[in-house]
This record gives sequence, C-alpha cells and structure tokens, in this order.
Amino acid sequence: MISEVIILQNGRVIDPMNQTDGIVDIWLEDGRIVAPRAVAPAGTCRYDLTGKWVMPGLIDIHVHLREPGQEYKETIATGTMAAAAGGFTAVACMPNTRPVNDSAAVTRLILDMAANCTARVYPVGALSRDSRGEQLAEYGEMKAAGAVALTDDGMPVTDSQLMRRAMEYATSHWLPVISHAEELSLSRNGCMNEGPVSTRLGLRGIPTAAESIMVYREIALAELTGARVHIAHVSCEASLALIRLAKKRGVKVTAETAPHYFALTDEAVDGYNTHAKMNPPLRSEVDRMAIREALADGTLDAIATDHAPHSVLEKEVEFNYAANGIVGLETSLPLGLSLVHDGLITAGRMVELMSCAPARILGVPGGRLAAGDPADITVVDPDRRFVFSAAECRSKGRNTPFDGRQFRGKAVLTIMNGRVTFTDL
Amino acid sequence: MEQLSVQDIQHVIAAARSFREISARSIKKVPTLRGKTIVNLFFEPSTRTRTSFEIAAKRMSADTFNIAASTSSATKGETLIDTARNIEAMNPDIIIIRHSCSGAPQLLARHIGSSIINAGDGAHEHPSQGLLDIMTILDHKKDLAGLKIAIIGDIAHSRVAVSDILGFTKLGATVCVAGPATFIPAAVENLGARVCRTVDEAIDDADVVMALRIQKERQNDPLIPSLREYSIHYGINRRRLTHAKPDVLVMHPGPINRGVELSPDVADGPSSVILEQVKNGVAVRMALLYLVMGGEKGGEAQGDI
Ligand SMILES: [Zn+2]
Repeated sequence: MISEVIILQNGRVIDPMNQTDGIVDIWLEDGRIVAPRAVAPAGTCRYDLTGKWVMPGLIDIHVHLREPGQEYKETIATGTMAAAAGGFTAVACMPNTRPVNDSAAVTRLILDMAANCTARVYPVGALSRDSRGEQLAEYGEMKAAGAVALTDDGMPVTDSQLMRRAMEYATSHWLPVISHAEELSLSRNGCMNEGPVSTRLGLRGIPTAAESIMVYREIALAELTGARVHIAHVSCEASLALIRLAKKRGVKVTAETAPHYFALTDEAVDGYNTHAKMNPPLRSEVDRMAIREALADGTLDAIATDHAPHSVLEKEVEFNYAANGIVGLETSLPLGLSLVHDGLITAGRMVELMSCAPARILGVPGGRLAAGDPADITVVDPDRRFVFSAAECRSKGRNTPFDGRQFRGKAVLTIMNGRVTFTDL
Repeated sequence: MEQLSVQDIQHVIAAARSFREISARSIKKVPTLRGKTIVNLFFEPSTRTRTSFEIAAKRMSADTFNIAASTSSATKGETLIDTARNIEAMNPDIIIIRHSCSGAPQLLARHIGSSIINAGDGAHEHPSQGLLDIMTILDHKKDLAGLKIAIIGDIAHSRVAVSDILGFTKLGATVCVAGPATFIPAAVENLGARVCRTVDEAIDDADVVMALRIQKERQNDPLIPSLREYSIHYGINRRRLTHAKPDVLVMHPGPINRGVELSPDVADGPSSVILEQVKNGVAVRMALLYLVMGGEKGGEAQGDI
C-alpha cells in the first residue's frame, strides 16, 4: 500500500500541550503526525485551511452509544458518525447497555463493532456487576479487554462501602472511577431542578444538594483510598465549591460538565419540554454562571456531552414519564466555541477542555499534535454561521433542546487515524 | 389560570352567574350545547370534579362520555397521545382531562385538534377550581382587590393552590400561605404569595381563609408526623378564626378531612361557604364549556383553559 501524505496548510494550529498557537503546517502519514519534510511526495493531499483552526481531535468522555441492546435509539455506527460530524475523533461509551458492560466479553464486543467506525471508541466498564450496586465487576479482565475507566453512570452507587472498595480496587488496576453523583433518596420522583420554575409548573424538584452530597462523598473516599475520581456532569455551584477545595488539598479529583449546563437553565423546561429533561437537571442561572466561571478557572477539567439518544417513544410522553437525557455530539463544539466568542475562555482553553484533559483523564492517546502522535485532528471554522437542525442529525436521537438554534462555528474537517471521517469545508 | 387575563376571568364569572340561574330552575336544562359531544378523560379518579363537569354538560344538553383511563399507560403500551388520538377520531367537541402528571393537558393540546379543558394536572393547575373560588368570594365581597386571603395547608402538592394564588393575585388580593415547611414549595413567593411562619400570622385580619386538603405522606415522602399534630398546629378552628375579619369566608376545595384541616364547627359554621363553592363549580364549568364551544367570546376562550 502506498502511503498518502496529507498536509494541513495555513491553519491556525492550537496545541496547548506543545505551547503552540500559530500558523503552522501539519503533515500526516500512515495515520500519524510526521515531521514536515523538504519536499512533498507525489500524490500528496493538501488542504488549505486559511482562517481555520487546527486542533488535536476532540474527545468526548461521556457518551451513551446504546449498543448492544437499544439499537433503535443509537448504534455504535450512528453514534460515531455523529461524533465525527461534531468534530470528535474519540468517545468513551458508558456501560449502561443491555447487557451492561460489566465483563471483558461485552467490552470486546463493543470494540469489535467499533473497529470500522468513524471515531475511536473507549469502553467504560461497569463499577458493579450489572450495575446493581452490590458486587464489584471484574476490573482486571475488562481493562485487559480495553476498558479505560469504571462507572455505574445512570445507576448511582448508594452503598458507600461499595464505592470505597471500587475505588481501592480500581487503583490496583490503574483505572479512574467516574461518579454519577446523585443521592437517590433526595432526587427520587423528582424530574427537574427544585426552584421557582418547578413550583410554577407543579413538577417535583431535585435540589442541588442531591448532587453535592455525593460529590463530597466521592471526594472523601478519594482522599481515603488515593483513587483517581472523576465527577461526571457537574451541574451546580455547590458541587463546584467542593471540587475547588478538594483540588487545593491535592485530592486526585477531576470533573466535567456538559454543554447544556453552561448554555441553558431550568427555564428551558417551560411548556413541559421533555427535551430539557436530563439528570442532573438543568439548574438556575446562578449555577449556570458558576459553571462558566469554573470552566475558565480550571475547577472543571473537561466538557463532555452526556450524549443520551432517545426515541420519541421515550420523549413524546408526560414530562414525569419522559426519559432523561439529550443528544449532544453535534452541538457540543458550537456551544464550546460560544464560550470563546463570549470572551470567557481562549481557544486554547477550549482545546484543553475538549481534547487534552479528556485524554489525560482516561489515560488515552491524543490531546496533542506532536510528530509520532496518532493523526486525530479536528479542523474548525470558528466563524461559520449555521442553524442547527435536529432533523439532520447523524445520531438516531432527535432529542435536543437546540433544534433551530443559530450557532457560530463548527467542525469542518475531522480526521481520525489519518482518515477523513467528516468534511464540510 | 396562568394564561388567563383579568378580563378573561371576569368574563367567565359573568357567564357563570347567568348559568347559575339555570341550576335554580325546576327544569335545569337549556339546549345551548345540544348535539355536542363532551368526553371526560380522567386518568385519576375524581368523582367530585368529574360529576361537576358532567352535570354542567348535561344541563346544557351536551352528550357526555366518561372515560376512566389508566395512568400506567406505559404498562399497556399505549401513550397518552395514542389514547387521545383514538378519542379524537370519534370527533368529540371537547375533551376534559384530569391527569396526575403536570403538563398532560399541554401535551395533548400540542398533538390533537379538539378543544381541551384542564380539569386538574398533577400539582400544576386546577383552573376551574380557581375560577369557582373567585366566583364564590365575589358573591360576598365586591372585589378581590385589597382582600387578604390566607391559604393554609399543603401548598406544595396542591394544584388548587397554584391556580388560586395566580387567580387571586391577578385580581389584586394579597395571598398569604402557611403550613409546615414540608408543605411550602420552593420559591412560592415567585407566584405572588407571601409565606407566613405561622397560621395565626396568615389568618390575622384575613378576609378569606382557604384550607387545603392534606395527606400525611406522598410517594414514601414523610411530610408530617401525624394528622393529630397537624390539626393542633395548623387546623382551622373557631379560636384561630377569631383573629380573622368578622365577616371572614371559610373555604375548602374538598374533600375535607374533618377535624384535621377544619374543625367541624368551622366547616359547618356561619362563615363556611364550602357548599356554595360546589354549587358555583357547576356554573363555572357550564360557562367554560359554553365559552370553549364558541360562546359570544369564543375565539379567546378557545383551547387550553
Ligand atoms: Zn450520568
């Protein structure tokens, strides 16, 4: 096979890990980034990326791909197509499939199905068997099969002793534990943030304490066990205050938020909009502002979508009965770019939040553009204006509160392992 | 109630007053809605509200059908929208819906074309109850503006509370709510109510005292230790009522837990207008049916009331 050289020319390369931010050409060959040579070989493919931003491929560490088991909502193929279209070169998929990914066999099945897809897929293994919160799953076996982290996302761990043992055991296999922090006894039967909007709509509220109580438990257990703990989808100021303090003390805790928590508030539920129903719920404006601040000051390490495709069967029902979650892969980058356009963060910081830190948290390759690194690259047109249409999603899920929203900036070229997985130049 | 303007409210009450007169006749029937089909779609048992709507419809010569639907529609695989579309295929003129989920009437209105009347959704609203409460107060006080209205009890789980607070404050009343903190919802002040720390503070100098039905616990959520303690600290009795205005009206949306929310002597006493509320309920519902069906001001009253 003759290897093809690709040269990305004239783009603004934003590579915070290498302290690079400037117009540089990037050469790709054999699925890797290579050092530029004096002369390009015949048949070289060149992209003129004047005015575009070239960054390490975006990595989304919190995605529900639904396969195996709920292929009517999403498959690994459709989910990774949505990822590529959204500028992602890799995703980590949560274990709440059917069956639950609590064994090497399921982990391998997912990786087999992902082999020819348009994004790297990193399976996250279940923390407990069948995510029932009773017995530990086989971390060693899952890690050997390719699992990169552990969580019972969606099935919050109520038993603190189990969480302690999970963290301890995870350190023996050098795996991070991802916590969906939710005190179920406080959130039970709730379906949106507790506050003026829930009172007006007559919907049972979920207080922010339901999240922050468990965030504190995870921090305390991380301190006790020395484990690496990652807090998923942080939604409120109270959790951020705890994480900020823990980081100051040197606890090995990292945290992500999802774009909807910095873009929307619980006002979006008005009219009983089930596309604004997720868990944790959209919070108040005070919380939203706190999330934005924490993205800028480093309290939050990453932006992850919590991409949760559902069909109309789960969403065109009474608000109480509607499933939690929204799709996010195709809107995450435009929403992240909105923070840059707003002047809240630099483009470099956005790359840290959406590529460097995700790679570091999961201990996977990517997040930088050095010679020898995998050719996973996202090219962004920061100023392309477009109207997002749910109907045109690559994902099977149409459950998004951003249908019809005007965005500025999007991915225009996505390259994974040296292969173009999406183009809209 | 949230969508109704002051004018809308006054309009419904005026119509209800004219319909009330029909209920006093020996032949309690007018042909206004002859040939119209009205479906009572109740996902939650409520004999009182259903009967009230049914009597209202029958007094106007409409044909009524009661459908007691199962709330656990998910278990039988049929969604609310399916159920409603099936009913709509039979061409009813109005669907009256009661549902344990807040927002169910709005969901229905988005998917079907029939006119829909909300007969109570979750802990959200119970507009016809709010309107009949306003009508009852107006029968005794010329105006709601300037009145102090105390609402005592389970505000958090009551759709009546939301509709009453919104309706009363729209018409200029001051609404004070009181009850144990487990019954006071987050940020209820945003609806326009003042939260009082004690029942006595809420009742003090009140023109109207509305007691709401309470339950000891809901969905495994402990709210109060006992009905006994509730009645001692929050029940409306004659002693507490002495702090209200002498011509105070005592109201309750029913059904009453006698001796809990209201002591029997208060419930049956001279200040009580509870049976008038029931009577006005039929009149208000007649007015709603009439206006939704395109009565003189049909256009505006049509749709999701
Ligand atoms: Zn989660």
